[in-house]
Amino acid sequence: MPYWVYQDAEVYSEEQRRIFHGPTWNYLCLEAELPDNGSFLTTFVGDMPVVVTRDPKGALHAFENRCAHRGALICMQSRGRAERFNCIYHNWTYDHAGNLTNVAFRKGIAGKGGMPADAHPESQAPKQFRVASIHGLIFGTLSDEAPALEDYIGPQILPRLKRVMIKPVKVLGTYTQVLPNNWKLYMDNVKDTYHASLLHLFFTKFRINRLTQKGGVFVSDSGAHHCTYTEMVEDKGDAYESGGMRTAGGHHDFRLEAPELLEQVDELGDNVSIQILSLFPGFVLHQIRNSLAARQVVPKGVDRTELHWTLFGFADDDEAMSRRRLLQANLVGPAGYISMEDGAATGFVQRGVAASPDRASVIEMGGATIGSGDSRITETAVRGLWKAWRSYMQV
Amino acid sequence: MDLELQLAVERLHARYAHALDSDQLEAWPDFFADKGKYRITTAENEARGLPLPVMYAEGRAMLNDRIASLRHANIYEPQRYRHMVSAVLVERESDRLIKSTANFLVVRIMDNGESLLFASGRYVDQITLPELKYAERVVICDSRRFDTLLAIPL
Repeated sequence: MPYWVYQDAEVYSEEQRRIFHGPTWNYLCLEAELPDNGSFLTTFVGDMPVVVTRDPKGALHAFENRCAHRGALICMQSRGRAERFNCIYHNWTYDHAGNLTNVAFRKGIAGKGGMPADAHPESQAPKQFRVASIHGLIFGTLSDEAPALEDYIGPQILPRLKRVMIKPVKVLGTYTQVLPNNWKLYMDNVKDTYHASLLHLFFTKFRINRLTQKGGVFVSDSGAHHCTYTEMVEDKGDAYESGGMRTAGGHHDFRLEAPELLEQVDELGDNVSIQILSLFPGFVLHQIRNSLAARQVVPKGVDRTELHWTLFGFADDDEAMSRRRLLQANLVGPAGYISMEDGAATGFVQRGVAASPDRASVIEMGGATIGSGDSRITETAVRGLWKAWRSYMQV
Repeated sequence: MDLELQLAVERLHARYAHALDSDQLEAWPDFFADKGKYRITTAENEARGLPLPVMYAEGRAMLNDRIASLRHANIYEPQRYRHMVSAVLVERESDRLIKSTANFLVVRIMDNGESLLFASGRYVDQITLPELKYAERVVICDSRRFDTLLAIPL
């Protein structure tokens, strides 16, 4: 792929229109984050500020956080409960679906002022999303043309999503990692099964994930979504050592003083230690041992991306599992033993290609095809990302 | 007011800051009691009663592992911190324990000179007596945002 895709402002604004506000499903939040009727939170779909709500009857909605009147934010709190939403600027009022329900002094006072009878401020109403929830994850689309959410995800990836979201979840906490790079570089990184054990030394040194271990990758037909997994097997091989890889354990035995940090309970019952799943355009669901999280990718300009992490457990976690999840929170996020390098590596690409918009990345590991397989020494899911991107962008 | 105790705690905080800022990472676990806990979180998570840490260690072994991983496993661009620690409140809980709250500001300096106000917040500490060690150090960051990565402890 040519590097201008990470640099060009026109490409960025086309992506907003064709991808984020086009026929894709965008992750909004967990259902557990809207626990009560009347709950709301604010988030983003691409550049668009969005309010996500659960109305007084329990139905889910999402609408653009932009007042019909002058375009101000309708909701300025990050989360809470509300009976209605009032724009602070002139007190125009919206319901939980984003419908304009009241215009202050619309008919004036005592026959003076107000709006003419033929005024139609509703024509500038905030956009409303189609909202769908699947296994506790809420998605929204602005397009009538997007297929049903389950069809959008497709049969290769859907079972892998269900596999993690087996019962009600509870939020453990959130934070944001600010990445100095284009949003696609992060998605490219997530889908790059080849890099994991080569960039992340922690994985390999402690033999958590090596490409010699059993695992595989699934890619949706569209190429848009992927899922990779590794099974829990203690790797006794020395492919990394004999290959002279930088991440090899080396001659001195490198062991954790407190290996309990990595102890996994096989709570999903299938012997998988790591699963990383991505949905186009900007959603990642991870299971890394007993760490579970939703990651939302929010573009903030051509060379800046916010990664919103929401770590969760299950509502019925016992004390030992709760503690385990907090210990294993050390594996992920900005300070994560096995994730901190991703922000650095993708930023290095953004900086490295600064003067070479017309040169291109090499994405030939595993050939030129896109598909599922049992080898992770492949860039098949990365090729899938670009296939999907080109299809939406029509380039 | 116990001036001597105030000064002793301020000196502990100062030594801690200088150790991190001068890349003496191996000295970092020694500031903690054997079962000392270290946790970085955000004001938002604290306010919402959510337990999620950004970085978390229980006891010297885990503290040592964090440094060993930074030295031998994790890859990150060369960088330094400059800590400013101020407004130190000290309260004696018992003959064995002190509570302290202090503000901090951390500037991150990259190799090319780029400096960033990387973090601000407060330390909420429990400190042992008679030997002053952190039994618990909770680092509550004011912001929920972390730029690129958080490698070196705060």
